[in-house]
Amino acid sequence: MSAEVSVPIERDADIVTARQEGRQLAAAAGFSSADQTIIALAISEITRNIVSYAQRGKVTLSRMDEGGRRGILIVAQDDGPGIPDIDLAMRDGYSTAKSLGVGLPGARRVMDEFELVSALGKGTTVTMKKWLR
Amino acid sequence: MSVPILKQGDVLIASIQAALSDRELAQLHDAFADQVGRFRSRGVIIDVTALDVLDSFATRTLRSIAYTAKLRGANAVVVGIQPDVAFAMVQLGLSLEGVATALDLEEGLAYIRDVAKRGGHRVR
Repeated sequence: MSAEVSVPIERDADIVTARQEGRQLAAAAGFSSADQTIIALAISEITRNIVSYAQRGKVTLSRMDEGGRRGILIVAQDDGPGIPDIDLAMRDGYSTAKSLGVGLPGARRVMDEFELVSALGKGTTVTMKKWLR
Repeated sequence: MSVPILKQGDVLIASIQAALSDRELAQLHDAFADQVGRFRSRGVIIDVTALDVLDSFATRTLRSIAYTAKLRGANAVVVGIQPDVAFAMVQLGLSLEGVATALDLEEGLAYIRDVAKRGGHRVR
């Protein structure tokens, strides 16, 4: 149950690879086609954040099985500049770069668990979980 | 991989066949902006039937293609958004507000012709 995939995120084409890997893993884990799409979309948003702000990082995708509860775990990590104001970054419509400012808040909305840890000058880690229903 | 743009009379049609990177989407945007003027097009159709995800960058680019086409005197319509894709967009809060959409290519062409008729443009 520890099928784990790690995708380096260094350029925009890696976003496509990451979300395709995510969809495959979600399919193998038993998620519906609609949920696979939602998971792929959330991966697209958090990995784009890496490309836009940190230039390089990685996303690790794995299946979870915690006491019979199954799901998918997505961890996106970078060593970029970090996010100065996380509350602001998580606000709908806020963006400093080239997005609509819906990526991170949108991803949080569609996942069951979402955690963003960021340290200035050290990087950002986004951890998301979605459980199989 | 760049997306070929087909010219059918007054209408430009791009059928996206595979997942596109941000850069490829931006190239499609620029190609449309150029060709609408060059071919004096009245309509632009973007067929996204083959896409399994439309994320914030893709929706922003589609909006930009539609607005740019409009400023150049053409109507744009996005066709073929799959049910799962539409559902995920709604859940995430992504919208194509202000952009015409249609079920498939046929409906999209009908829309372009209808708008042209009402607007007095002649579509060949």
